[in-house]
Amino acid sequence: MNSSGLWRTGNIVDLFPEMQRLQRDMNRLFTGIPRAVGQENPAINVWSGENDYIVTAELAGIDPHKLDISVKGDGLTFSGNHGVEPLKEGETYHRQERASGRFSRTVQLPFQIDSEKVTAKYEKGVLRMTLPRLKSDKPRKISIKAE
Amino acid sequence: MDNKDMDTQKQPAGNTLETERTKTGKVFVPRVDIYETQDSIVLTADMPGVDEKAVDITLEKNVLTITGSVAVTGFEGHAMAYSEYDVGDFERAFTISDEVDRDKIEATVKNGVLRVILHKAEKVKARKIAITAA
Repeated sequence: MNSSGLWRTGNIVDLFPEMQRLQRDMNRLFTGIPRAVGQENPAINVWSGENDYIVTAELAGIDPHKLDISVKGDGLTFSGNHGVEPLKEGETYHRQERASGRFSRTVQLPFQIDSEKVTAKYEKGVLRMTLPRLKSDKPRKISIKAE
Repeated sequence: MDNKDMDTQKQPAGNTLETERTKTGKVFVPRVDIYETQDSIVLTADMPGVDEKAVDITLEKNVLTITGSVAVTGFEGHAMAYSEYDVGDFERAFTISDEVDRDKIEATVKNGVLRVILHKAEKVKARKIAITAA
C-alpha cells in the first residue's frame, strides 16, 4: 500500500490545533452566530443621539494617557496598547488569556464629526467617546407648504 | 501574542456553580492571567465596568470564586445603533491548592482589572538550594 495517509506521515500531536479549529467551526455552525462579526479588535458599541454619537469599547487595564484618539471627517480611529505587563524573571504563567500587544480600530460614522468638541472618558476599564455632529452637517428641516 | 488571532468576543458563562442566580441578565467568564512568583500566585482578570465596590471574592473549601457585577446602563437621549459586545456580570471559579495561605489573600481593582494575590503558605515556599562547584 502506498498511501501517504494522516497516520503515516503526521505525528498525532500535530492534529491538535486542527481539531480545535474544527471544533470552533462546528460550534459556530450550530449556534448560528457568526463569531467572525466581532473579530475586529476591540469590539465597540455605538449609541446614536440627536446631535452626537457615543462609541464605547471595553479596554480593561490600559493606560489612558497612551491612548491615541484621532478624528478626521467622518472617521474615528483609536489605538493603544493592552496593559498586560511582561513577567519578571522567575515568574511563570499558569494561564494566559488576556489580550496583549497593540490594538487599533477605525469607525466610520454617518456624519462629519466636529473634531473640536469630541470628548473621551476612560472609567472602570471602559472607554467612552462622544462624537458631536458638525453643525454644517446637521440635517435641515424642510417645511411643506399646503396649497 | 498576535491580536489578530485572538477571539475578541466575550465568552458566555455556563453555570459555574450549578445554582441559579437570583438576578437575571447575562453573565460572562472574564479573561484571566495567572502567574506564579516566588512567594505568591497572582490572578488578574479583565472585568470592564467593574469597580472595587462591585467585586466579590469568596473562598470556600478550595474553590475561589470571583464575581463582578456590572450595571447595564444606556445613555440618555441615545439609542443603541450598533453592538458588537454585550454587557453583563462576570463570574468564574478556580480550584486552588492547599499551598495558599488562606488568611492572606489580597485583592485590588484598577481600570476594570481585578488583581488577586494569593500568598503561598510558609511551608511550601521553595527553598533555594545553593549548588557549589565540585
